[in-house]
Amino acid sequence: MSEPASTAPGVDQAQVSHPYYRIFGILTVLTIAEILWVYVVPHSRAMLAGGLGIMAAAKAALVALYYMHLKYESKLLWVVALFPLTLVVVMIAGFLPDALAPY
Amino acid sequence: MDTLAATLPVRKPKFFTNGKLAMWLFLGSDAMGFMGLIGAYIVLRITSPNWEDPKFDPPFGINLTAFMTFLLIVSSVTMVTALHKIGHGDRKGLLFWLGMTILGGLGFLCLQAYEWTHFLHGIHERAVEYTAETGKIAPFTNYQATFFSLTGFHGLHVSIGVVYMSCIWIRAWQGAYTEKSHSPVELVGLYWHFVDLVWIVLFTIIYLLPDSVVN
Repeated sequence: MSEPASTAPGVDQAQVSHPYYRIFGILTVLTIAEILWVYVVPHSRAMLAGGLGIMAAAKAALVALYYMHLKYESKLLWVVALFPLTLVVVMIAGFLPDALAPY
Repeated sequence: MDTLAATLPVRKPKFFTNGKLAMWLFLGSDAMGFMGLIGAYIVLRITSPNWEDPKFDPPFGINLTAFMTFLLIVSSVTMVTALHKIGHGDRKGLLFWLGMTILGGLGFLCLQAYEWTHFLHGIHERAVEYTAETGKIAPFTNYQATFFSLTGFHGLHVSIGVVYMSCIWIRAWQGAYTEKSHSPVELVGLYWHFVDLVWIVLFTIIYLLPDSVVN
């Protein structure tokens, strides 16, 4: 027998259903915006990479916060989710000096 | 008042199930695997003087993969709807929406197989020309190696997700889940949203970021 579900206990599921479709709309709009940003909007290289990075991070955060319910979870699960991100930043930062050095 | 904020639950859970903690720990470790590959991709791309333009290679570039991205986003909504349905004790709703999610995953895999097939065909044709001109075996480029590593590792996760969801669908069909007891549906949802989240990152760095940005 499965454990009882623990998605936001004490919360009416009907309340949380509506934001999911709004989030879906925002994700779709952001995906279209990313494509337009690359192929339509004129900009510098830094703006292109920065804009794409911000939009991708926003989409990933929306999925994690709302679809994976991280917004409603305990701090421990936040730590579990954010720890790998911290490690990858350290790893890339460690590689970059060699990567950017002239060869 | 912000209507979006007004519809969100405000009560924080005081506990989580063992299954949910285990799934999050797994996703955390899995994320580190992806991050290792993505980190290697970023470093290789920055250091490589010649990187193929993703607009032309792989052959279907942005149109196909934008649709694949949309397909995964839709499948995330159907997954969360499935969880919502069983949260209300609607078993038929769970079966329908989870079935839609499985179809979305299968559709993604079919499109990825289509893309890979054509990409590999193009690589083979160029390799034959290279060998005819130089007499040497054409090497795999860093772009090709990282493309297949990243999309292949993600595709493996999608495949496992489809099998995982199919198992949950069968259990749901057998009546294993109720309004009060449906933790496995929630856990497979976490896994599937993670797969969607990773693709969002891959879509941006592999397909959208033009070569001119980093070189």
